[in-house]
Amino acid sequence: MTGMTYEEKVGNTVICRCEEVTLSEIRDWIGRGYDTVTELKHVMRVCMGPCQGRGCRDIIMREISQAAGIPLDRVEAGAVRPPVKPVKTRLLASGDD
Amino acid sequence: MEWKNRADAVIIGGGILGIATAYYLAKMGMRDVVILERGTVCCGSTGRCGAGIRAQWGTEMNCRLAIATIGIFEHLEDELGMSIGLNQCGYLLVAYSAQELANLRSYMKLQNELGIESRTVSLDEAREICPALDAGDAEGFTYHARDGHADPFLTTYAFLEAAKGMGVVCHRKTECTGIRIKYDAAVGVSTSKGDIDAGIVINCAGGYASQVAAMAGVDLPNWGERHEIMITEPVEPGICPPMLMSFSGNYYIQQRPHGSIICGMSPAGHHHSAECGTTWQFITRMSRVLNRLLPATRDIRVVRHWSGLYDMTPDGSPIIGETDVKNFYHSTGYSGHGFMLAPIAGKILAQHLTGTQPDIDFSPLDYRRFARGELITEPNIT
Ligand SMILES: Cc1cc2nc3c(=O)[nH]c(=O)nc-3n(C[C@H](O)[C@H](O)[C@H](O)COP(=O)(O)OP(=O)(O)OC[C@H]3O[C@@H](n4cnc5c(N)ncnc54)[C@H](O)[C@@H]3O)c2cc1C
Ligand code: FES
Repeated sequence: MTGMTYEEKVGNTVICRCEEVTLSEIRDWIGRGYDTVTELKHVMRVCMGPCQGRGCRDIIMREISQAAGIPLDRVEAGAVRPPVKPVKTRLLASGDD
Repeated sequence: MEWKNRADAVIIGGGILGIATAYYLAKMGMRDVVILERGTVCCGSTGRCGAGIRAQWGTEMNCRLAIATIGIFEHLEDELGMSIGLNQCGYLLVAYSAQELANLRSYMKLQNELGIESRTVSLDEAREICPALDAGDAEGFTYHARDGHADPFLTTYAFLEAAKGMGVVCHRKTECTGIRIKYDAAVGVSTSKGDIDAGIVINCAGGYASQVAAMAGVDLPNWGERHEIMITEPVEPGICPPMLMSFSGNYYIQQRPHGSIICGMSPAGHHHSAECGTTWQFITRMSRVLNRLLPATRDIRVVRHWSGLYDMTPDGSPIIGETDVKNFYHSTGYSGHGFMLAPIAGKILAQHLTGTQPDIDFSPLDYRRFARGELITEPNIT
């Protein structure tokens, strides 16, 4: 990323690899008032990829904390849904009911 | 956000019904429209739904509403200026007995009379529409090409952003705690952040509609029913090109444009429920159905599983209109089809409230129909 302006770096930095969402897109939506993990997840699918936010949730929470001026430990992490670790349907289908 | 003490209309609920209604009210010239959402927008059923859109219904009312709503969806991205993730892939309805096929055919006749171009398809044609489908045990199929699905978040936020552009105010994390009544009319609401005087109060509280109605002393027969749903990792397109659905088979399966497969089935027993939550039984049974119908899904991974409430009424049809308390309106009880009906329902209620003749006469959806025994019972639901 040498030779890029700060804006270009922000624009090109991918924060959510699963859904290919950049830092500038995240800052843009936070600026429009979508300042919770839940709402950002809804508009950009961040935290909804195969890794379920393991790769991006912390960075997004840090961005919210900075933009909203609230301590990181007060930023809500949003819902984490089962099965948490992706499981093949053939394995799930073999369970008891 | 600016707090106004008075509004022309206050809408309780930031799901797609509340937000689409606010959008149409503003579009039709209402000045001060305020939405109250106790959580965040889409935190209720809207953000938990399958967002399927279909016109293959079994009552005249639902057919009329649905074909009109599809007409709106088809131009919504242009109108609102934002993507809504619409995928008009068609619904392939699967019948598993001669009786069920005869039923689907009779509803199809009604649909055709109302301008809906649904049709029956052969097993061969069904395989063309959905090549990976294993439906040797099916009796027959009906199909309507203009059915499909959209992204529930994007659709709701597209309505919200367009509404905000016209001055609509949406208060998140603001709970309606009371309806203020003078004589026989609603004059405003109490909220966790203060009171607002309002000319009109609209209950769009989804699965909590009867609690909100009770604040004004209005008794709604609605109840919540929990429905589970799951989504897979994104996979190559073409695993399930249409929306696959069966009433007796009790399933709906769709593949979103980004590749994930979303599927759900109705709970055994249809118990009343006020809470969301998930069960292993669902994920096991749903995976079996998926593997049987679409064997190509066996090695695909499930990444999330959640549930939401259907806001049920005794006849499975919505409640739209004024209550015994003047200026207090309902737009609730959409069971499993409130996402798709929201654009038309928001539009016709807004037309009525701004003094225009509604595109569709919704007076039969008045909540007093239950007391009168004039039910509009929808047969085409799981
Ligand atoms: C698993 C599942 C699958 C579905 N699939 C489909 C489908 O394929 N197609 C389709 O058309 N429909 C589908 N539905 C149905 C659809 O989701 C609903 O009919 C629709 O979202 C209802 O929208 P709503 O705005 O009325 O309710 P909601 O989205 O539930 O919104 C109501 C809002 O009101 C808020 N609220 C409640 N009480 C208060 C209060 N006192 N003060 C302030 N706010 C309050 C809640 O927080 C909530 O956000 C499905 C539903 C589920 C659960
Ligand atoms: S990195 Fe965001 S969901 Fe995986």
